[in-house]
Amino acid sequence: MKVMAQMSMVMNLDKCIGCHTCSVTCKQAWTNRSGVEYVWFNNVETRPGVGYPRTYEDQGKWRGGWTLNKRGRLKLRDGGRLHKLSRIFSNPKLPGIQDYYEPWTYDYDMLLNSPAGEHTPVATPKSLLTGKDMKISWSANWDDNLGGSLETMDQDPLLAKMSEEVKAEYEKAFMFYLPRICEHCLNPSCVASCPSGAMYKRAEDGIVLVDQDACRGWRMCVSGCPYKKVYFNHRTGKAEKCTLCYPRIEVGLPTVCAETCVGRLRYLGLVLYDADAVAAAASVADEHQLLDAQRSVLLDPNDPAVIEAARAEGIEEDWIAAAQASPIWRLIRDYEVALPLHPEYRTMPMVWYIPPLSPVVDVVTNTGNDGEDANNLFAAIDKLRIPVGYLAELFTAGDPAPVELSLRKLAAMRSYMRGVSLHDEHDESIANAVGMSGAQIQEMYRLLAIAKYEERY
Amino acid sequence: MGRFLRRGETSDDLRAMFLSGGRQGDVFYRDRWSHDKVVRSTHGVNCTGSCSWKVYVKDGIITWETQQTDYPSVGPDSPEYEPRGCPRGAAFSWYTYSPTRVRYPYIRDVLAKLYREAKAAHPDPVEAWASIVEDPAKAASYKRARGKGGLIRTTWDEALEIAAAAQVYSVKNYGPDRIAGFSPIPAMSMVSHGAGSRYLNLIGGTMLSFYDWYADLPVASPQVFGDQTDVPESADWWNAQYLIMWGSNVPVTRTPDAHFMAEARYRGQKVVSVSPDYTDNTKFADEWVALQPGTDGALGMAMGHVILKEHYVDKRTAPFEDYMRRFTDSPFLVEIDAATGTPVPGKFLTAADLGLEDEENAAFKPALLDASGAARVPRGTLGHRFSAADKGRWNLDLGDITPMLSVMDLASWDGQSAEISLPRFDLAPEAGQEHAGGSGVVSRGVPVVHIAGKQLTTVFDLMLAQYGVGRDSLPGHWPTDFMDASTVGTPAWQEEHTGVPPQQAIRIAREFADTAEKSGGRSMILMGAGTNHWFHSDTIYRTFLALTMMTGTQGVNGGGWAHYVGQEKVRPLTGYQQYASAGDWSRPPRHTIGTAFWYLATDQWRYDGLPANSLASPLARGTFDGRTTADCLVESIKRGWMPDYPTFNRNPLDLVDEAEAAGKDPAAHVVDSLTDGSLAFACENPDSPANFPRVVLIWRANILGSSGKGNEYFLKHLLGTDASVRAPQTPQGSRPVDMAWHETAPEGKLDLLATADFRMTSTTLFSDLVFPAATWYEKYDLSSTDMHPFIHSFNPAIAPPWQTKTDFELFGQMAKRFGQFAATHLGTRKDLVATPLQHDTPDAMATVKGQVPQGAPLVPGLTMPKLTVVERDYPNIYERWSSLGPLTEKLGMATKGVKYQVGPEIEALRRLNGATGDGSVKLDTDQKACEMILAFSGTSNGRLATAGFRQLEEHTGQKMAFLSEEHEGSRISFRDVQVQPRSVITSPEWSGSEHGGRRYTAFAINVEHLKPFHTLTGRMHFYLDHDWMQELGETLPIYRPPLDMHRLFGDAQLGEVGAHESGNAEVAVRYLTPHSKWSIHSEYQDNLFMLSLSRGGPTIWMSPQDAAKIGVRDNEWIESYNRNGVVVARAIVSHRMPEGTVYMYHAKDRTVDVPIAETSGKRGGIHNSLTRILMKPSHLIGGYGQLAWAFNYLGPTGNQRDEVTTIRRRNQEVQYR
Repeated sequence: MKVMAQMSMVMNLDKCIGCHTCSVTCKQAWTNRSGVEYVWFNNVETRPGVGYPRTYEDQGKWRGGWTLNKRGRLKLRDGGRLHKLSRIFSNPKLPGIQDYYEPWTYDYDMLLNSPAGEHTPVATPKSLLTGKDMKISWSANWDDNLGGSLETMDQDPLLAKMSEEVKAEYEKAFMFYLPRICEHCLNPSCVASCPSGAMYKRAEDGIVLVDQDACRGWRMCVSGCPYKKVYFNHRTGKAEKCTLCYPRIEVGLPTVCAETCVGRLRYLGLVLYDADAVAAAASVADEHQLLDAQRSVLLDPNDPAVIEAARAEGIEEDWIAAAQASPIWRLIRDYEVALPLHPEYRTMPMVWYIPPLSPVVDVVTNTGNDGEDANNLFAAIDKLRIPVGYLAELFTAGDPAPVELSLRKLAAMRSYMRGVSLHDEHDESIANAVGMSGAQIQEMYRLLAIAKYEERY
Repeated sequence: MGRFLRRGETSDDLRAMFLSGGRQGDVFYRDRWSHDKVVRSTHGVNCTGSCSWKVYVKDGIITWETQQTDYPSVGPDSPEYEPRGCPRGAAFSWYTYSPTRVRYPYIRDVLAKLYREAKAAHPDPVEAWASIVEDPAKAASYKRARGKGGLIRTTWDEALEIAAAAQVYSVKNYGPDRIAGFSPIPAMSMVSHGAGSRYLNLIGGTMLSFYDWYADLPVASPQVFGDQTDVPESADWWNAQYLIMWGSNVPVTRTPDAHFMAEARYRGQKVVSVSPDYTDNTKFADEWVALQPGTDGALGMAMGHVILKEHYVDKRTAPFEDYMRRFTDSPFLVEIDAATGTPVPGKFLTAADLGLEDEENAAFKPALLDASGAARVPRGTLGHRFSAADKGRWNLDLGDITPMLSVMDLASWDGQSAEISLPRFDLAPEAGQEHAGGSGVVSRGVPVVHIAGKQLTTVFDLMLAQYGVGRDSLPGHWPTDFMDASTVGTPAWQEEHTGVPPQQAIRIAREFADTAEKSGGRSMILMGAGTNHWFHSDTIYRTFLALTMMTGTQGVNGGGWAHYVGQEKVRPLTGYQQYASAGDWSRPPRHTIGTAFWYLATDQWRYDGLPANSLASPLARGTFDGRTTADCLVESIKRGWMPDYPTFNRNPLDLVDEAEAAGKDPAAHVVDSLTDGSLAFACENPDSPANFPRVVLIWRANILGSSGKGNEYFLKHLLGTDASVRAPQTPQGSRPVDMAWHETAPEGKLDLLATADFRMTSTTLFSDLVFPAATWYEKYDLSSTDMHPFIHSFNPAIAPPWQTKTDFELFGQMAKRFGQFAATHLGTRKDLVATPLQHDTPDAMATVKGQVPQGAPLVPGLTMPKLTVVERDYPNIYERWSSLGPLTEKLGMATKGVKYQVGPEIEALRRLNGATGDGSVKLDTDQKACEMILAFSGTSNGRLATAGFRQLEEHTGQKMAFLSEEHEGSRISFRDVQVQPRSVITSPEWSGSEHGGRRYTAFAINVEHLKPFHTLTGRMHFYLDHDWMQELGETLPIYRPPLDMHRLFGDAQLGEVGAHESGNAEVAVRYLTPHSKWSIHSEYQDNLFMLSLSRGGPTIWMSPQDAAKIGVRDNEWIESYNRNGVVVARAIVSHRMPEGTVYMYHAKDRTVDVPIAETSGKRGGIHNSLTRILMKPSHLIGGYGQLAWAFNYLGPTGNQRDEVTTIRRRNQEVQYR
């Protein structure tokens, strides 16, 4: 056992209002400069939708992340370093700027400096790449709030995978938001793809970074990352990516995206994991087992053996204490409500998500039952407005069971707490139905609902 | 492979290699993060957010901003107010150095040339200005150039000289009330607003209202509560067990606080979203109620039907009944009026009717039905409020009275009933009956008693009749059950209008009421612009408020109404008002109703011609026959119900001179002159040059790119430049009868439009002068809101860069220049100020029984406006503007009827701020103005709050002072709010309580401490008995559908598909302008970050069905037009939109990516190019109980939701110039 510490994040999508404050504060702090105009270290996708860059989840096309070879060993989906070296000057798996978007500005000057003329002055769009006039036709957030555009719905890689058909109909409309940053994976394929050794995962906290001095701009990391969260700065010719705000983390401040999240849905914390167990966990053959495998790599920070081993690795006492206080461990392991994004990429991502509980009561009541009744609620989870199948494609390689369990726990919390706040009634049977106690439900409620600053970070 | 090439430790499985060192590559990001300082400030934008932000500065440059997280705690069992903010605020610093930043003063080249030439001939600036505006050719030349580029740099000196000269000229030749200022929402930066308002009030200029003009004022609030608007703070959503978000897209419009809703679900709160589209907040809702736009009132009625039936008739829910008896007008007696032969609900029975004429104000003491069967006058009515004899008895303590809700419940009821007629407006109009509309009559019975020779019933009995809830033995037409759609009020009936299944309406009504019953009132309706921007929003809202009253939720934490549209609470209200109104120097100020001002000034009235009786009840007595709604406005102004400036067709300074020359009282002189016809009201002849507004000053606002309903009319008539107005003017025979008609409509009424802003908007583009303003990160100021209970500060992160100045500085400089020119041209003058009958004063008793007197003699302050002479020391405007005048100490200050004396505070301020030579407190810096505002307000000064409550204790005889005594020694200073947002102190300036750290909810003091509401009965009103309400058929909550623009104005018929001359198909759709995700009104819609995250320019959202009808695909260019103008935008096609309705999110200015329109050959317009002002007479009532004017409290709204537009796909090759 080699105990290492990992700074991790959980986002509660059930609370995400899709406001993009995180995107803007991140952009302002980090990528508001030339060469990275098109870059959003943090972006928010409306799902269904094609994402940013578009269709990045289609690994058949982009070939990011890991896969298993015939012997069941991990290999980069797009081939190892030798393969990559062989086409270092021509990388067909690299998204083009049109896959992200052509960044633009406007000739705002005209508003102040138009000479007297026939018409009211106007600022027209200009490409930030060419300086020429352009018609705006795509952006980092083009399908915002569409719930799947008729124009692009057939390109959402997840809808293509689902057996259930999702129709673009008014009555069946649904949407939710997926904020994304770098996953700071335990098994980062971007690092493995880099021919220059410029990418590294920090030993003390697991943050994945690009050494700006060492980067030679080969862009294999861009192709290698299945989440497309490494970007190319076309001015400096170097790769750049989300740094998990290490200059802030190092002095005890949360990341910009987390602290400025007005939905209060981001949790940050340290988890301990067994570095020696990562490769085996990432190599589990059955994709549906990857979730459990990754959970098992994480170590219980209260386990004396783990503490002992951590000390042996030189992990400081305050770091161990931080891991014990971390909301991440509770959300991933104690309550098992948080799930990883696309475990099938086998990178062992460390930004996890609580799936969104979409309108559920109306589903129940439409069948003539009491929507407030916990049992009815549970029965209805598979009839949610947001199809469980869609969420499963995001979080569990298509396995509906863990998603359903997570949603049932959220539903149980609502039902249980309604009894408490309306009648001071503590119905243990509701908690038990999802394998929890009432006390546990109330603890989870405090973490998810009251969610004080000190509890979130 | 790397392990062979590089030195390092490898993991056993060879997966990982551990290296040390090599961290130099990280330096870049560490450097980028480093900064020199962090400054607390906020955004003075009209979003109600009032979020506290950290502004980062490096090397003297603002780099970016993130949110503060240090709000005072809400307590251990609630989520906190952190972090508050949104993506728009996070993008603000972009403006600081953006290419749209106004860095220098600007003037249009045509005007600059004219002025410089004039100056050569006339060294006196006022004379120079006169030589331009008095020459029709010269005047037209610079007015026609407005909005067409050609702005050139000028100096502050020249810009101020022209602005001051134009004002002095206008005051001298036309009167000070020809100068108007527009700057909305003081709470978003009180001193920036107040500095300009104070300046205008000192010179006698006019300040325009905004809350009603924005259609954000829910007129139902004064109607029902007698209060402008008072609502819970957002943390109180957490306390609700049932939350209906009704036309309010909380994640988008209340972004900083939406989390309280998301989190309250985890407490088991049930969330319902009522919205025509599948919108952001529907993601959180347990139920989505998808209803037809504008039909919300029908759903509200049906829900009320269910609740009344199940909780008041089938079963009697005791807590609900008790609440209704104590806090609403339900048990009050109303006369059945059979004067016209058809019995209808008439007037409230009053003490005067009961032979108690000797009692003071007997005609304003309504009576209720006591269990004894007698009519009794309870305490707490309007009459008690203003009667010295009733001191200590203005309260809701019922004593030995037991109010009865229904006559039928009387032990002594003899079974008598009356069949009354009630109006309905939900029918399709018959051919040839267009102006009568789709109205009809329902006949229903109410139980009656006979008292004082009158046949009477209770408001509650009328409510049951209105809602169609039948009881045995009553005559009339009643539904058989909920599923009976044959008559008004049932769930099945509402489905025909709303499209909402009756089962869903029943279920939500039941759950709302059941939850309220179980939780003691913790059911809440969170409502917004989606339901409030309609012509008939007052009726929509009254159906909502009725639900909250029937279920006992108002005044309860977690319950009641929660209206969040433009309502930004100036928590330190008294001090702000004193500063902004310049009440320390002169009273009263000229404050007026913005909607009427623009309606007349932009000549929209010439195109309106809406017959007032097209809105009338079929049971009306004909008051509105033969008249337009514009005539109703004129009547309202002349009666002193509503204010209007310019008031008379003469200079009010000259009127006083004339009177004094004749040795007459100026008021008497005015009455005589009006009587003999030598003087007239300006509103009777708005197109006479004598009555034009001459100068408009705008700051903190973008009226031409955002709030200006009827945008194209502004351009054409007010400014005199190119416009795309398409409507014909009202033909003869349909024109207003009480207004003069000039065959040729004036174009270019306004001599000078001057605007201060930090960015370029339509308003600056069309202005003659543009002043470069400091941003919100470059000044000191105060911020507060209704969303949270804190006061906090603006602070400069950097000094105003380039030649920018704060609004405070601008008006100080302008006052100096004005005084300089005034010394020659004006001197000290006396001004005659006409003001309307005022709410919260005995003026509210001007109209006995709400009966509009006919042919009554002109009596100022009773049958016409009040007239007051005010001295204007024009040469010393700056000296007054920059110091505290004597009236504060001499007369005190009044807020909502409570008086505040601030002797000790003035003394303390004198030491803190310093004093002028004559000992006046200095207000010559923005920080000193902040200190004054905080020192003079109860919310920030515990001594004042407590003194106010003690006064109320004397008035009401109820204990209240304890609410603030815990803070009697507390003072919140500006330094305090620079350090951290500070929680306010409970104060009589508001109706809720923060006592003991509780969450603010409106009317808690009324419900818990029996302080009467500021209404006729002292209770919340279901029933309004004013004559005009009867004529409109709106005495009770009622469903009125959206206006039929096809029927009224000949616009396209909804759903009509046709062909444009180009051959392209067109479709007519409902045109809605909801608040945008990517802007706050027009602010941020030009911000590069917001444009990058959205579609990068103006868009219109439409359904795939409508898109198919006109053959348009996502992101293709379309044109949208109606009688008012044309808009060019790109289409967003989404199945979350319902067929037949399109959204153009508010507010898309014409500054970014707007091509030339095919329809007009001119620049495509703004969202408000398709709207126009329409007046509703019920908003114009004054001088009666809660229906009495106060600034931003009551007035006609600038509603805009009823419009229809025709859309087609246009040529995709767009041209910009």
